Amino acid sequence: MPINWVALIVFVLLFGFITVLGFAAVRWRRGNLDLLHEWGLAGSRFGTIITWFLLGGDLYTAYTFIAVPALMFGVGALGFFAVPYTIMVYPFVFVVFPRLWSVARTHGYITAADFVRGRYGNRWLALAVAITGMVATMPYIALQLVGIQVVIAALGIESLGLGGDLPLIIAFIVLAAFTYTSGLRAPAAIAIVKDILIWITVIVAIVVIPIELGGYGKIFAAVPPAKLLLASPEGNTLGNYSAYATLAFGSALALFLYPHSVTGVLSASNRRAISRNAAFLPAYSFLLALIALLGFMAIAVGVDKMAEYAPLFKQYGPNFAVPALVLAMFPSWFAGVAFAAIAIGALVPAAIMSIAASNLWTRNIYREFIRPDCTALQESKMAKIVSLIIKFGALVFILGLPLQYAIQLQLLGGVWIIQTLPAVIGGLYTRWFHDRALVLGWLAGIVVGTAMAASQSFRPIYPLQIAGWTVPTYAAFGSLILNVIVVIALTPIFNAIHAGRGADETQAEHYV
Amino acid sequence: MEVNTPGRRPSPLWYLLLIAPFVAMFWVSSYNSIEPAWGGVPFFYWYQLLWIPIGAGLTLIVYFATQRQDRG
Repeated sequence: MPINWVALIVFVLLFGFITVLGFAAVRWRRGNLDLLHEWGLAGSRFGTIITWFLLGGDLYTAYTFIAVPALMFGVGALGFFAVPYTIMVYPFVFVVFPRLWSVARTHGYITAADFVRGRYGNRWLALAVAITGMVATMPYIALQLVGIQVVIAALGIESLGLGGDLPLIIAFIVLAAFTYTSGLRAPAAIAIVKDILIWITVIVAIVVIPIELGGYGKIFAAVPPAKLLLASPEGNTLGNYSAYATLAFGSALALFLYPHSVTGVLSASNRRAISRNAAFLPAYSFLLALIALLGFMAIAVGVDKMAEYAPLFKQYGPNFAVPALVLAMFPSWFAGVAFAAIAIGALVPAAIMSIAASNLWTRNIYREFIRPDCTALQESKMAKIVSLIIKFGALVFILGLPLQYAIQLQLLGGVWIIQTLPAVIGGLYTRWFHDRALVLGWLAGIVVGTAMAASQSFRPIYPLQIAGWTVPTYAAFGSLILNVIVVIALTPIFNAIHAGRGADETQAEHYV
Repeated sequence: MEVNTPGRRPSPLWYLLLIAPFVAMFWVSSYNSIEPAWGGVPFFYWYQLLWIPIGAGLTLIVYFATQRQDRG
């Protein structure tokens, strides 16, 4: 690809703007950044609107914008599971997460593991939740870099002979520096710019591209029939139907257990900001559904058959579908805007994820197990340094290992993080579960869920056999059911043998 | 009426509305079809798109219904 100067200049200008914004954010709703709660949660000062931008920028990541249309482009209708996924997630958030916000506010919790520690009085269970969160987050950060990588490739920077990795390293140094100095305030401020750019890009795309292609009817007519619908199951199997539904449902249950989601929720200044956003965030779901359809537009345009994009399709596969579509359909300056939207869209979640993971490390491992007597200053210093280490690790991962590993680990991350559901979500409603049963359920879910995914060469769907029927199921969902069964079965046993229970520091009125 | 009743909760029945999106989305066979297409968009796509505002609307209804009683 030759270098696209116009697009590159627009891209660099926008990137420069958010860099300045990231550093300036340190003054926004000023707080003492030597306190972990201020650095890692922005002092919980965000109202409904900022929370909307922050969570929108946090949950709908650059990788989503690349991978969902890529799945539509490559596989077809199954990729649309992202839509029922986001339809199911918000009623769940509406009911459950205001409770987490309230109890966290009362006790000063900044992570899900903090809550588990306080609720069950068992630091090993809290450790399990913390480690799961950190391990599940790291490949997710690495995948954000993929979004930046394909965009950099589409700009043709590699043809400058700088080495394709240099722009990525620069982007990451910028990210690391403003996260270090400004904490959560930086991605929150940048999220506003990112979301506006994404909205502009997508609205233009869904209006302009269909006009040029002769309407939505023509676009769908160009999609091969096999990709247009899910294959109907035949015989004793639920086929793609159960795969589609459990993929959506399991992903919905897992999403808000991720540390970066919890950080977004807990940075809200009031409980109503969470419930309101459960009704307002679906605006982004609509955006995501439209972005998914970009995959079909790429099929209709036939971007993979255009000679100029062939080398990059060879390198990035279907992940190059959206960048190729943008290049093929828009003038260069607008391609620059779209690519900046994707790249900045990678920085926001990457920053929040690294902050969330370092909150977990600092609160639930460093202060709990290593330096219980650390000062507030030491605690926040530790978190800032760890956020650098985590991002550096993600960079090394993506530069040094095949992309496939990051994708497989991110898939496994979903299987792992969902195993914290009985402790975290269950704990918001009941103290009936025995903490030791929760540890064993978590362990069973992780082991079996990992084995399920591994047996399918790290694809998400496992063919469960139930009473003569084959029920293809999302491995995270199948293993979660096992986890819950183990917890429910072992709780009465631990109670019967009078196994010690940790003390619960929360009370019923802390949750409402 | 319900002023200052500690621990009072809004009527939980409102929350049943939130089950609808789950039922609709789990019932994949009800929407895995081309027809009725709408402006050339297969049913599978526009139906699921339509459920995004329906889900948000139901959430808003429950929000307002439970807020009024939640105030104290």
